[in-house]
Amino acid sequence: MTGADVLLLALGAVAVGAGVLVVTTKHLVRAGLYLVVCLGALAGDFLVLSAELVAWVQVLIYVGAVVVLLLFAVMLTRAPIGASDDLDRPGWPAALIGGGAGLGLTALLVDAYRWSTVTLPSAGTAERLGEQIFQSWVLPFEVLSVLLLSALVGAIVLSRPDIGRAAPQRDSTAGDLVDSEPGGRR
Amino acid sequence: MRPVIPYVTAALLFGLGVYGVLRRRNAVLVLMSVELMLNAVNLILVTADTTARAVLPHSGQVFALFVIVLAAAEIGVGLAIVLQLYRLRATVAVDDVPLTELPDPVGGREPAVGDPEVGR
Repeated sequence: MTGADVLLLALGAVAVGAGVLVVTTKHLVRAGLYLVVCLGALAGDFLVLSAELVAWVQVLIYVGAVVVLLLFAVMLTRAPIGASDDLDRPGWPAALIGGGAGLGLTALLVDAYRWSTVTLPSAGTAERLGEQIFQSWVLPFEVLSVLLLSALVGAIVLSRPDIGRAAPQRDSTAGDLVDSEPGGRR
Repeated sequence: MRPVIPYVTAALLFGLGVYGVLRRRNAVLVLMSVELMLNAVNLILVTADTTARAVLPHSGQVFALFVIVLAAAEIGVGLAIVLQLYRLRATVAVDDVPLTELPDPVGGREPAVGDPEVGR
């Protein structure tokens, strides 16, 4: 076992352990913080696997943006200070399906790779990945930009309930519209 | 480097994500479990980039970047839906949402929008 294997084992154990805590903890806020640990360990995995740019993008977008957004959602919907007992539904089917998926994939991949070794390729720096993206993968890149724009507009339309109804009601019931305005902006 | 270690890590994380999606009632926790599954896929892609020699170099890492962008879009729209659900029904438990509900007339939906805000 080389040093990379030891690092991958340690970071993988941290990631899986934090993932177990994410799906089993009773504290809403702690689930988000365990998710930070899990995603950080995965970013370390990416670094060991010589994917530098993916690792730093993972730290920036996931740990920096997505988890903060999730914690905002936890605080906006319900922010209990202790454990909450109504987070789970009775879960034998979930354990069966999740365990089946995880262990089945594990058996498949262990059977396919069986302790073989590979040498790490050249590091995926921003320069090399940028060449690939802007030479071979330009069309998916542009399609993704359109998708991000549509997701942005969709999120705005979803979170403003006065957008879809404002036009037909403007003439008849202007008073109701004024009443519903502050709720829409909150 | 033995690729079976990150592959097994990714498989276990994917199984944990499936378990979390089916087990959790809180919609925000369901979204966290979806993030676990997406990250397992990212780890598979980055590891496959080291084991499979493709015609185009670093294709797996480029796809991992694409999946990260998709996950960011998904979490934005998903949280907008969750917050709208909380505003309408004052709950984020996914099994409290009736799947077969008769469509309300437009006039009947107006007080439902205002109700949680009046109570707040």
